[in-house]
Amino acid sequence: MKRKVIATLMAMTMALGMMSVAASASETEGTDGEPLVIGFSQVGAESDWRTANTESMKSTFSEENGYELIFDDAQQKQENQLTAIRNFIQQEVDYILLAPVTETGWDTVLQEAKDAGIPVIIVDRMVDVSDDSLYTTWIGTDSLLEGRKAAEWLNAYATAKGIAPEDLHIVDIQGTIGSTAQIGRTQGLEEGVEKYGWDLLAQQSGEFTQAKGQEVMESMLKQYDNINVVYCENDNEAFGAIDAIEAAGKTVGTDIANGEILVISFDTTNAGLTDVLNGKIACDVECNPLHGPRAEALIKALEAGEEVEKLNYVDEEIFAYDDTVTTVTAVNSLEEEGEYAVTPITQEIIDGRAY
Amino acid sequence: MKAFSKDFRKKKMTGTGFLLLITISLFVIMYIGGMIVFADKGFAKPQMFLNLFVSNAGLLVIACGLTIVMITGGIDISVGSVTALVCMVVADLMENKGMSAYVAVLAALVIGLLFGIVQGFLISYLEIQPFIVTLAGMFFGRGMTAIVSTDMISIKNEVFLSWANFRFYMPFGSVNKKGNFIPAYIPPTVIIAVVVVIIIAILLKYRKFGRKLYAIGGNRQSALMMGLDVKKTIFKAYVLDGFLAGLGGLLFCLNSCAGFVEQAKGLEMDAISSAVIGGTLLSGGVGTPVGSLFGVLIKGTISSLITTQGSLSSWWVRIVLSALLCFFIVLQSVISSAKKKK
Repeated sequence: MKRKVIATLMAMTMALGMMSVAASASETEGTDGEPLVIGFSQVGAESDWRTANTESMKSTFSEENGYELIFDDAQQKQENQLTAIRNFIQQEVDYILLAPVTETGWDTVLQEAKDAGIPVIIVDRMVDVSDDSLYTTWIGTDSLLEGRKAAEWLNAYATAKGIAPEDLHIVDIQGTIGSTAQIGRTQGLEEGVEKYGWDLLAQQSGEFTQAKGQEVMESMLKQYDNINVVYCENDNEAFGAIDAIEAAGKTVGTDIANGEILVISFDTTNAGLTDVLNGKIACDVECNPLHGPRAEALIKALEAGEEVEKLNYVDEEIFAYDDTVTTVTAVNSLEEEGEYAVTPITQEIIDGRAY
Repeated sequence: MKAFSKDFRKKKMTGTGFLLLITISLFVIMYIGGMIVFADKGFAKPQMFLNLFVSNAGLLVIACGLTIVMITGGIDISVGSVTALVCMVVADLMENKGMSAYVAVLAALVIGLLFGIVQGFLISYLEIQPFIVTLAGMFFGRGMTAIVSTDMISIKNEVFLSWANFRFYMPFGSVNKKGNFIPAYIPPTVIIAVVVVIIIAILLKYRKFGRKLYAIGGNRQSALMMGLDVKKTIFKAYVLDGFLAGLGGLLFCLNSCAGFVEQAKGLEMDAISSAVIGGTLLSGGVGTPVGSLFGVLIKGTISSLITTQGSLSSWWVRIVLSALLCFFIVLQSVISSAKKKK
């Protein structure tokens, strides 16, 4: 009998322990004035990109900046996000940020948020809902613009070096077929081929992984001996492709005329930019995970009662090994033409970046 | 505390009753604690409590099914895959095949029943380990989901969405920041889930079938010697469990309104842990649907507390759950060893 009493006591202690954890945490929320309360439901922490995305939101919506961020990691489960959003609604947060795990299945819970009068800002992936008014606005990256920037850079680079368009023999290691990034980046290249008359030898998916990128590059090198440009749709594929090229006894670099193979890549991860610095990747186009500042700007506009655009693209940079090309002109997904600076990479830039 | 133990002795509580009492008091303590600590964050709102049911209606029904097979000493780890398959088939039938929502619902229940019948037959009549059979079921269900479609299908069927978005408004509610009264609500899924819990509770406690289940789970040999139709009863238990997995999957789908391969991954573990926290013994013979209901509510409360708190990592939900699981398993073994002494 004693043991059972002890067990009961244990249960009580545990419950109290839980409460005290919660209590001590809530005490730290010293607030002066009325901070804006933001609920952010994030996909998870599956990649460096995602972690950088989370950190950007956390540092933007900090207490010092006058916000209270309620962060929920959904651990890749949609049902967790549904629960978290319902929780945010009951807490009466001022804004909900949602980086959805899936594109589908948001009608019901977004309707609940709308009924409660809470604006929802979708981050990164888009949601597939029957009614557009269920979310206020969307922030994300512009993959098509990324592809177009790379293509324009290649054109400008070849022109500057005096290489004829038909002498550019390109292979395209695509991302996972059907993903937003693959569709946009492939389209950007294909438009360039169409526009400038490059020789596109082959296109195959490397599924955004290093291993697959290497495998695809190996088989392409066996098939074609005149490849001089490799267009990799993310950094991981580029690492694999570079390994394959070097294993085949060729060199990567920017001197196409002397038989070097030029590598173009995307994402600008830390390792990717290091390869740019070493001259292994000639040009790396950013896929910016730092959505925090843009989200804050949108929230400030909404607070001021302004209308905001339904689609918002974050600014993304271009990094290159040398300064042959200083700017490129490209059209974004909203059909707006813009001039984008190309930054020659330095160690300081790599060290100063948040991801 | 003393009064409690005295009371306990007087009534000569069964193991089931004692475990249930612990679960319920734990839930009440946790929830009231949350209401006090997070009163300013809306934790005391009636809707916050109802949301535990709204978000977990499917899990609740699935946990009931698991409770039934766990009472017989078995297990079913296919339920998560069945849920994914049900969601996918329902979404595919309506969106790609143009079927009506009623056909989709029927299909969902039939899928559950079929899983129950096949798995039940293998487990009861061919006496294969339930873990292995349902492991195969788990792989099969997930595989079939991908065969039906690897796309993410969003459900846009108007009839189905009208069910999903239907709300029963309560006479009570809460006042929001702007001073407007917001009535609390529940969707139909919650009513279905609660009705299922009640029906299963009555079935287990007062019907012959239910008593047989406890007898078989408690001691299969003596149940056999008493002349109980052990095989048939176990078969029925798995069929019922399969049906509830299908129904639970449907409720899950009414919450998520989508079908995709990765859906409901690990749901079987949530259901098992809820049943265990609710006082179901893995060795069989002990457990109630009401206990599992509170197991689900405890799980929901933990994640709700952690989300509301806002800065703790969501992974703490798992850590707290694992601690609770350990606690309940230890408690169960204490009880069963006490039982043996008697």
